[in-house]
Amino acid sequence: MKLIRVKYTKWFNILRDGISRNNPIVVAVLGICSALAVSNKVENAIAMGLGVTFVIMASSLTISLIRNIIPQKVRMVTYMVVISTFTISVQAFLQAYFMPIADALGAYVGLIITNCIVMGRQEAFAAKNPVKYSLIDGFASGMGYTFVLVTVAAIREILAFGTLLNMQVMSASWERWVVMAMAPGGFFVLALLIWGVRELIHYYEKPEQTL
Amino acid sequence: MENIIEIIVSSLTDQNIALIYILGMCPLIAISTSVKNAKGMGYAVIFVVTLTGIINWPIYMLLKNTNTTQISLLVFIITIAATVQFLEMFLAKFSPKLYNAFGIYLPLITVNCAVLAVSLFFVNRDYTFVETAAYSFSAGVGWMIAIVLLAGIRQKVNKFSNLPRGLTGKAIAFIILGILSLAFIGFTGLSFF
Repeated sequence: MKLIRVKYTKWFNILRDGISRNNPIVVAVLGICSALAVSNKVENAIAMGLGVTFVIMASSLTISLIRNIIPQKVRMVTYMVVISTFTISVQAFLQAYFMPIADALGAYVGLIITNCIVMGRQEAFAAKNPVKYSLIDGFASGMGYTFVLVTVAAIREILAFGTLLNMQVMSASWERWVVMAMAPGGFFVLALLIWGVRELIHYYEKPEQTL
Repeated sequence: MENIIEIIVSSLTDQNIALIYILGMCPLIAISTSVKNAKGMGYAVIFVVTLTGIINWPIYMLLKNTNTTQISLLVFIITIAATVQFLEMFLAKFSPKLYNAFGIYLPLITVNCAVLAVSLFFVNRDYTFVETAAYSFSAGVGWMIAIVLLAGIRQKVNKFSNLPRGLTGKAIAFIILGILSLAFIGFTGLSFF
C-alpha cells in the first residue's frame, strides 16, 4: 500500500520521467555530440555521465535559487555563465585526480557547456520550480543521460575491443570491429537503441511532412 | 602555404567536424528536415564560426600572456554569445534581407557545440592566426556539407520509403549519418604533397 502511494508523489514522477518517458537522449534527442564522441569506452562514458549529472544538478540548484531575481532578457547569458563555471570545475577536478580520463575526453569536457540537456533543464524546469524539485529533475535527466551513454559504450567497447571496463570478456580470437570505435559505430548503435526504446515505451514521431 | 591547404582540405573531408568529430549534432538533426533550412543554417554557422574563431584567437593569446588560461572556456562562450547577439542586432538594423534569410537560425548557434569546439581545437593544436582563420572557415564549410547532404537524403527517405514506426524521424537520421560518416572516413590518408 505504501509503495503505491510513493508512486504518485511529485518527486517520484519527476525522477521516473527523466529516466524513461522524458529521457533526454532517446526521446528528446538532445546532447548527442558528447554522447557519441565519448562512448567508445565504458570508463569514459561513466566519467562523462557523472560530470554532466553534476553540472546539471549544480546549475539547477543555482538557477533555481536565484530564479526570481534574474531579469528575463539576460537569462540565457546568466545560464551560460553558471553552467560554464561548473564545467570548468569538473575539468579541473578530472585533470587533478583522473589525468588519463581527462586526456581521453579531451575537449569534450569543455563541451558540456553547449550540451543542450543542461541548458534545456535550466530553461524548462529550474527557472520555474523550487530548489528541491529542480535538484531531483537535474539528477533524473543526468541519470537518463548516463544510462544511455553507458549502454552505448558497453556495446561499442565489447564489439570494438572485446573488453568491458578494460576486462577481457570476449575470447582472445575475437575479431575486432574497428568501425565500432569510430564515429559510424556510435551512430549505428545509438540509432538502433533509440528504435528499440521507442518501441518499448510506444513513443513514435509523426512522419515528417517536407516539401 | 602547404600547411594551410592541408588544414582546409582535411577539415572538409577526413577531419570533418560534424561527421568525424560528431559535433553540432542537435541542430544537425533538428534542422535537416529540408534542404532549404539546412542551407540557411549552414551559412549562419560558417559566418559565426569564422567570426568567433578570429575573435577568440587574440583573446586566448591575451589570456596566455596573463597566465589565466583556465578561464578560457568561460571567456570563449561569452564571446560567442555576445558575437551572436551583436550579429543579430546588426543584421536586423542594416541588412533586413540577410536577417530574413538566416536571422532565425542565429539564436540557435550559441548552443551549437561545433562553434565552441573550433575555439577549443585551435588551442589544442597551437595554430597561428592565419591557420586559425583558415581552419574556422573550412570547419564551418565542412559542417554545412554534412547538414546539406543529410537533409537531401532525409527528404528522399521521408518521401519514398516505408519505415518501421519507431525508426521514423530522428532514428533514421542517425543511420544515414552513420553511412555518411563511413564514406568520409574513406578520405583518410588523402594527401596532395
